[in-house]
Amino acid sequence: MLAYALKRLLLACLVVLTVSGITFIMTNAAIDPAKAIAGANATTEDIEALRRSFGFDRPLVIQYLDWLGNALMGNFGESYRLRTSVAELLLDRLPVTMTLGGLALLFALTLSIPLGVVAALKPNSPVDRLALSMSVLGQALPTFWFALMMIILFGIILRWLPISGSGSWAHFVMPSIALGYYATPAFMRLTRAGMIEVLASDYIRTARAKGLRPATVLFKHALRNAVIPVVSLAAVQFGFMLGGSVVIETIFALHGVGFLAWESISRSDIPVVQAIVLLISLFYIVLTLLADLLNAYLDPRIRVG
Amino acid sequence: MIKQWATAASAAALALAIGAPEAAAQKSKDTLRIAWEQTVENVDNYYNTNREGILFSRMVWDTLVDRDPKTFKTIPNLATAWKWVDDRTLEMELRQGVKFHNGEEFDADDVVFTLNYISNPENKVINQSNVSWIEKAEKLDKFKIRIITKKPFPAALEFLTIPIVMYPNEYYAKVGPKEMGLKPVGTGPYKATKIVPTKEYTLERWEGHFEGGSKPHAKIKNIVIRTIPEMSTQIAELLAGGLDWIWYVPVDQADRLETVPSLQVVRAETMRIGYIGMDAAGRTSTKALQDVRVRQAIAHAIDRPAIVKNLIGGKSRVLDAPCFPTQFGCDNTVAAKYPYNPAKAKELLAAAGYKDGFEMEFFAYRPRDWSEAILGYLNAVGIKPKLTQMTYFAVRDKNHANATPSYFMDWGSYSINDVSAILPNFFGGSGDDYARDAEVKGWLEAGGATVDEAARKENYSKAIKKITEQAYWLPMFTFVTNYGMTKDLNFEAFADELPRYYLYGWK
Repeated sequence: MLAYALKRLLLACLVVLTVSGITFIMTNAAIDPAKAIAGANATTEDIEALRRSFGFDRPLVIQYLDWLGNALMGNFGESYRLRTSVAELLLDRLPVTMTLGGLALLFALTLSIPLGVVAALKPNSPVDRLALSMSVLGQALPTFWFALMMIILFGIILRWLPISGSGSWAHFVMPSIALGYYATPAFMRLTRAGMIEVLASDYIRTARAKGLRPATVLFKHALRNAVIPVVSLAAVQFGFMLGGSVVIETIFALHGVGFLAWESISRSDIPVVQAIVLLISLFYIVLTLLADLLNAYLDPRIRVG
Repeated sequence: MIKQWATAASAAALALAIGAPEAAAQKSKDTLRIAWEQTVENVDNYYNTNREGILFSRMVWDTLVDRDPKTFKTIPNLATAWKWVDDRTLEMELRQGVKFHNGEEFDADDVVFTLNYISNPENKVINQSNVSWIEKAEKLDKFKIRIITKKPFPAALEFLTIPIVMYPNEYYAKVGPKEMGLKPVGTGPYKATKIVPTKEYTLERWEGHFEGGSKPHAKIKNIVIRTIPEMSTQIAELLAGGLDWIWYVPVDQADRLETVPSLQVVRAETMRIGYIGMDAAGRTSTKALQDVRVRQAIAHAIDRPAIVKNLIGGKSRVLDAPCFPTQFGCDNTVAAKYPYNPAKAKELLAAAGYKDGFEMEFFAYRPRDWSEAILGYLNAVGIKPKLTQMTYFAVRDKNHANATPSYFMDWGSYSINDVSAILPNFFGGSGDDYARDAEVKGWLEAGGATVDEAARKENYSKAIKKITEQAYWLPMFTFVTNYGMTKDLNFEAFADELPRYYLYGWK
C-alpha cells in the first residue's frame, strides 16, 4: 500500500509540474506581458522599456525555472497590476470562493436529494417527470441567464436580495443558487437511479418483511446506501464550482478567486493567472489522489493491478 | 397547511426585505454611490493606466495647472502663474497656504520631488509617455520652480493639467507607491477614508481643501465607488436603487433607462474619435489601398452621417480632420471633404482599375454593428472586406506587425487638447503609421519642436491637408459616452470624458 501511495504521489507531483509548465508557456505565448502592463495607449518605446525592466527579454525557459524555484518556496511572485504578493491575493480571495462553493453545494444537495428520492419512489409518475424536467432545465439554462433572471426578480422587482457585493449573508443567496442549480441535475439523477436500484434489492425487501416503518426503510436503509456515489460526486462538483465560479462571481461582483481570475485574464496579469490555474489544478489533483488512495485501500485489487 | 406556508413565506420575504438595499438615492446620507467597470489596480496615480485611475486621482490629488472643462483653456491650480523662459524651460509660481490631507504644507520641494521622481525611469512609472518629456525640475525658492524639458515640448502644460499630480515629498519618500496606493495623501477635494484595492474605495470631502484653485469645495460629502464588471449588474443596481451613477451604458440600454421615471440619462460627446485606417504605405499585401483613388473611393462610399444618426446617437459628430475639433492645431478648414457619394466611389474605383471591386481584410474591435454597417457600405460599391473582430490589444498587435490592410479603430488622445497627442502617433513613423509620408512626418516634427503657436498651427495645418487629401485615414465620428444616474443628481458631462464628482450636488 505504501509503495502504491508513493507511486501515486510521485505521479501527482509530475502532473502538477506539467500543468505549471504548460500554463507558463501558454500564458506567455498568448500574452505579451510588457504590452499588458503598459496599457492601451503605450508607445513601442514604453513597452520595450518595461520589457527590459521586468526581465521579460530573458529566454522563456530561464523565466520559467525562476518562477518554478520561487513557486516551490511558496512565492508566486507579484501581481503586475496590483504590485502585491500573489499568495496574499489568493488567501484574501479564497474565503469568498470557498463560501460560495460550499453554499452552492449545500443548495444543490438539499434540492436534489429529496427530489431524487421522491422521483425514485414512483418512477414515471408526474412527480418523477417534474423532477426530470427540472433536471433537464438545470443543465439547459445558461448560468449567466439564470443569474440575471434572479437579479431581475429578487433584486429589482421584489427587492428582497442585494444584487452585488459580499457584505452580508444575503449577498450569497442568489450566487449560491445560480451556481448550485447547475449541479443539481447530476445529483438528482444519481440519487434517483441509486434509490431505484436499492429499493429493488433483497435487503430492503427483508427490512419491509420485518415490518419496519416505511420511513425507516427509506431513510435508514435505502438512502444511506444510495447516496454513497452522490458523496463522491460532491467532492468533484465542489472542485468544479470553485473553477466555475468565474461567471457567477463576475455577475454578482463577488470578489473571490473567480472574479480575480477574470480580472487577471482580461488585464493579462500573468503571475496571478498562473497561480490560479495551478491552485485549481492542485485542488483537482489532490481530490483525485485522495479518491484513488481510498479506493485502493478499500479494494486491494487496484493496488496490485 | 397552505395558510401556514403562506405565513412562513411572507415572514421570510419580510426578513429579507429588511436587509435589502434602499430603493432611493442616498441623498439623505449625502453619499454618492458609483460603479466603475474597470478595476483601479493601485490608486497611486503613476501606477495605473486606466481612466478610472485618472478619475480617482482628480478627486484626491491636484495638478499644477488645470483646464477649464468647457473652453479647454489652461487655468491656475497649484501653480498660480507660469511662463516659458525659453523653448525648454517652464517657470511656475506656486500657490501658498495649501495643505495635504496629512497636514504637510505644499511647496516647491513637493513639486521638485514629484517631477524628478516620476521622470526617473528607474521608478518604473507605467505610462512613460506622460512623464518622459521631463528632464528635471528645480527649486528657485519656496514657492517658485522651473521645469526643464528634454527637448521643446509644446504640450507640456496640457500634460500638467491631467496626468501629472503633485505628491507630498516627505510622505511619498517614506511610504512609496504601495503604501500610497493604500493610504493616498493629496491636496484634492476628497480624502480617501477606505481603500480595498480593486473592490471598493470610500472618499470623504476634505474640509481643508484650498480655495481659489480650479476645483471648488466638494458639494457631496461622501463618495463610495465599487468595482462591478458586468454592465447588466450595474444597470440592475441602478434600477434597484443600490447605485446612483454609472457610465459607458450601451445605447440600447440607455434608451431603456431613459424610460424609468426615477432615472436620467446623459449622452455626451467625448474627445475620442473613430477612424478607418488604410494601408497606403504598402505594409501589407493589399496593393489596391496604395492607390489614392481607392482610398478616396472608400471615403466617399461610407455614409458617416447615417452611422452617427442611427448607431452612435447623442451629440456625436462626423469628422473631416483627423483630430478632435477643439484640439490645438486641429484645422478643419484645410481638411479635404468626402461626402457620401457611392456613384463617385464607383467612378474612382473604376479609374483605379478596380471596376469590379477587390477583396481586403478589415479589422475592428468596437461593437460589431458599427463594423457591419461600414462593411455594408463598402460592399455596395463592390469592395469585399473580410471582417475580423478582435480585442483592442489583438488588433493593435496585428497593426504593429504589418498585418492590418484596413481597420476601424479609435483614439482618445489621453484627453490632451492638442493634436500632438494624436497626429505624431499615427503619422510620425511609429508602428501605427500606415501612411509613412516623410513630408507629413516632417511637418509634425516641426510642429512639435517649438512652443511658437503660429509656427505650430502652420505645420499642423499642412499635415492635416495632406493626410486628408491623400485619404490616409478616414476620420469617422466623435464618440459618445452614455451616463445613467438618479434624477436626484445634478450632473454635467465634459468632452474630455472626465466626470468631476466634486462639482456635482443633489437637486
